[in-house]
Amino acid sequence: MEQMLNVSSNPHVRDKMTTSRIMQLVVIALLPTTLFGIWNFGLHALLVVLVSVASSVIFEWLYDHFMHKPNTITDFSAVVTGLLLGLNMPPQIPLWMPVLGSAFAIIVVKQLFGGLGQNFMNPALAGRCFLMISFAGKMTNFSVGEKYSGVVDAVTGATPLAALKAQGFVENSVPVKNLFLGNIQGTIGETSALAILIGAVILLAFKVIDLKVPLTYIGSFTVFVILYMLFSGMGFDGNYLLSHLFGGGLMLGAWFMATDYVTTPITPKGQLVYGCILGIVTAVFRLFGGSAEGVSYAIIFCNLLVPIIERLTKPVAFGKGGKKA
Amino acid sequence: MKANTPSERLVNGIIKENPTFVLMLGMCPTLAVTTSAVNGIGMGLTTTAVLAASNLMISLLRKFIPDGVRMPAFIVVVASFVTIVQMLLEGFIPSLYDSLGIYIPLIVVNCIILGRAEAYASKNPPLPSLFDGIGMGLGFTLSITCIGAVRELIGAGQIFGRQILPLADAAAGTAGYEPVTIFILAPGAFFVLAMLSAIQNKFKLGAAKRGIDPSNPDACGGACASCGNSMCKGKRG
Repeated sequence: MEQMLNVSSNPHVRDKMTTSRIMQLVVIALLPTTLFGIWNFGLHALLVVLVSVASSVIFEWLYDHFMHKPNTITDFSAVVTGLLLGLNMPPQIPLWMPVLGSAFAIIVVKQLFGGLGQNFMNPALAGRCFLMISFAGKMTNFSVGEKYSGVVDAVTGATPLAALKAQGFVENSVPVKNLFLGNIQGTIGETSALAILIGAVILLAFKVIDLKVPLTYIGSFTVFVILYMLFSGMGFDGNYLLSHLFGGGLMLGAWFMATDYVTTPITPKGQLVYGCILGIVTAVFRLFGGSAEGVSYAIIFCNLLVPIIERLTKPVAFGKGGKKA
Repeated sequence: MKANTPSERLVNGIIKENPTFVLMLGMCPTLAVTTSAVNGIGMGLTTTAVLAASNLMISLLRKFIPDGVRMPAFIVVVASFVTIVQMLLEGFIPSLYDSLGIYIPLIVVNCIILGRAEAYASKNPPLPSLFDGIGMGLGFTLSITCIGAVRELIGAGQIFGRQILPLADAAAGTAGYEPVTIFILAPGAFFVLAMLSAIQNKFKLGAAKRGIDPSNPDACGGACASCGNSMCKGKRG
């Protein structure tokens, strides 16, 4: 792609935006929330992120090397996968777990299906869910020492979202301000909605993503939660809604993981449908499911629906179809 | 090796046309009951017993079963044997009966059994049919025991219920193996089946590259109709 004067079939007019440039921008946009996570959770979080990124890149290189394929680590997609996987880990996780997660994400989910562009679901989230299913205890242990022991009274080590699911929004719940700023418990990268939104603005400014998927995702999620509040007899509670929006992985998922090019419909109409389904599925998982969090499973589940969505929303080709006379 | 002799049938079932890794038949029990090596052996031997008996019976009856209703006839034979085996298991090995559960009656619709009845036993004399059933059954047993052992080892650190890898003990604070639970859940079955199939394909294709034809067209005696080997030239033509 970087070569000049290559003889190739179309397209001949190319944008300056290359895969590696997009991936680098995503890494830059993820930096605010990464740095915040490290500041929030301490040095071990930094180690988790570094190990995750490094092992992803190493596994990508190893696969390319042993399968005699062109080296693809320079497209930075492995860095993004590793970074997202690291940000989806609890801060006190043993360091071999990001390595195992990266191996699953890069080798099984991405490379065995044909590498970047062919993976049928988001590799980072698949890696996270692999670890979630295998090591449920360790992956949901968010106790980070003394710093937050007093924040959530009812359940030690629970995230604000788990407490919210258990008891609703009550007097001693974590204030929405903390959820927005991010000094709460959770995975390394998901706690600060503010830092994630800064990253999202960077992505939007460089036109890496557009608003279709994140807005329909967050929008349909909001509508569903409001309906749930009204019909479950809870009554409208702004704090409850905002806690759901800013707590847990919704922001990170909506801006950084649901917008992954490979696992998102390419048709504009399909993207809207995809966002709406994501929001509803996430809300159903969170409100009616067994665990407090549902973003990762919702996204990988909807990734599987993408081929159908694309087929159903295929635009009519010019000159075909139209109204019959 | 001469075709259709008992020993040839055994080797054919266990290695050349291994029902799990080569023919890719009988996937439901393969995926569902292989959570441990013991379950694999139990399921495999149960299937072997039914397969051998039904192959023998169908081969004996092959001249009397009209072609038009052969499927119902095969099913009746297979179902009778499955019922017998199920009652025996319930009476004598209740623990295995409980852990295999619904998959024992489902042996009736195991495609290996019906496949062998249709492809081999209904066209060949009783003795080779019996050994074909035993060979296929043992091949199946071997494969799903392997799958079960790998899943049990990775998913629980055990093989045949014995702790091979010492687990971490949080109370005592000792480090140890962290079982990868996903391997004893449904997705693990697919991972392990894929891994083991890939490994055996690697060996097979390696042998083919060295000039050994895996389909071995001359050794089968030209019994193409009874042959499940899709790599063979006669089958392709």
